Amino acid sequence: MAQTKVIALTGNQAAAEAMRQINFDVAAVYPISPQTELMGFFAEYVANGEVDTEMVAVDGEHSALATCIGAAAAGARTITASAGPGIAYMVENMYVASGMRIPMVLLDVNRALSAPLSIHCDHADSMLTRDTSWISIFSENAQEAYHNIIMSVKISEKAMFPIIVNYDGYIVSHSIEDVEILDDETVRNFVGPSDIHRIPYPLLDVDKPVTYGATAQPDYYTECKYQQHVDFLKVYDIVREVFDEFAEISGKKYDFIEEYKTEDAEYIGISMGSSFGTLKDAVDRLREQGKKVGAIKIRLYRPFPVKEIAQALSKAKGVVVLDRADSFDGIGGPLFKDIASALIASENRPYLHNFIYGLGGREIHEEEFMRAFERLERLEKGVDTRENFVEYLQVRE
Amino acid sequence: MAYGEWTLKAWHEIPIGSIVPEAGSSKVNHTGSWRMLRPVLNTDKCTHCLICWIFCPDDSIPVTPQERFETDFEYCKGCGICAVECPYDALEMVPEMEIKLKELEEELG
Ligand code: SF4
Ligand code: SF4
Repeated sequence: MAQTKVIALTGNQAAAEAMRQINFDVAAVYPISPQTELMGFFAEYVANGEVDTEMVAVDGEHSALATCIGAAAAGARTITASAGPGIAYMVENMYVASGMRIPMVLLDVNRALSAPLSIHCDHADSMLTRDTSWISIFSENAQEAYHNIIMSVKISEKAMFPIIVNYDGYIVSHSIEDVEILDDETVRNFVGPSDIHRIPYPLLDVDKPVTYGATAQPDYYTECKYQQHVDFLKVYDIVREVFDEFAEISGKKYDFIEEYKTEDAEYIGISMGSSFGTLKDAVDRLREQGKKVGAIKIRLYRPFPVKEIAQALSKAKGVVVLDRADSFDGIGGPLFKDIASALIASENRPYLHNFIYGLGGREIHEEEFMRAFERLERLEKGVDTRENFVEYLQVRE
Repeated sequence: MAYGEWTLKAWHEIPIGSIVPEAGSSKVNHTGSWRMLRPVLNTDKCTHCLICWIFCPDDSIPVTPQERFETDFEYCKGCGICAVECPYDALEMVPEMEIKLKELEEELG
């Protein structure tokens, strides 16, 4: 087990600390709130010579990702970070990175999308990336963001897929918490040296020239995508392996999902990111009233933990999915659709309801989540009726 | 792999990330088959300045330091960059079809 120390850090400071310890070869940066401060902290490490990172200031997020793709294809250990509209601007190149099987890390400091303009947190930005075949992990707090970033390097390089680590803008990025930091040596040993031959076809291996990003005609495109499809489903085992290895150095054992008081729960709420603490508080208060309720947090968002969700919900009567983004399509928020799909083969499918909450940084309180559970129970029992299974939790009438 | 002898690979035989692991794929692809316009060289006007050779994106103009030779039509895709860049107006872009028809007429007498 590693030496650790507990220090008070914001989410952005904790992320910058993980980046310092990993000592990335290349970081391409473009500022956007609430991510700007993160790369600001990291720039200090670069300026002080505490890392060997080549920091490239680019003209926009599209270029940031393009820079990372080039650097990572060459064999460099590479990172960038963004938020909200910046993530939207990256999306085209996200498909390029995953299609070319480029391992790299993207920190998404979750922010709403315009319009109206909001610099505050929701998950609309990350939901844009859910079909890009990037691995995606959500963090509840600064501690998890710090741990997830360290694990992400290894997951990405083993899987040969790029990875997104999400943490909530402002709520996590700018709030100070106690964070347990591992010692530098342990982190560096864990991620290993960034030799270019970590990847099968480094562009810097001039003795073996290769072409990245070639054209595929209709006679090949399907096979290329099927290979990507098959390999992306191998990511489950790789993530589990890295979670296990990380437990050995940190004592912290993560799983794809986190369950709270679900064992005997009749009604289960599901959320991602920082609101899970509030959801657990809501569960505690309802339990005091004798309600059998529980909560689930999604940590691994892509690939989606289908089996784990089906198993965890196999005995529930009702499930309320709490989406921090809307899909505006009449069939539920993004997480709702994922949960519903995960239950497709279940025999005893629970009653499902969907609430949209926390948009554009709207603060969420345990009373509101309690209301969500209460509505779910009344619907499931047939006391209430609904016109639509998607409802907004916090809207002023 | 020679042109015209493709064997299609199965999904698991394709290198990861659709990478092309052999160098020199531009030799395999005979881009001359795309050509709609042909750069016709006027040897009287050509000064062998080699500017066209610098600009040709397909490396289709064989040269020595002293001399420009006839374009390699196996690879020249007829983009016309050489004709635009030639400072001596020694290249004219002629529709490939016209040339082919003329060749055919000559052959048939
Ligand atoms: S640029 Fe024109 S003059 Fe110069 S070598 Fe080419 S064809 Fe000849
Ligand atoms: S037409 Fe284009 S490809 Fe052909 S020789 Fe000129 S520059 Fe090269």
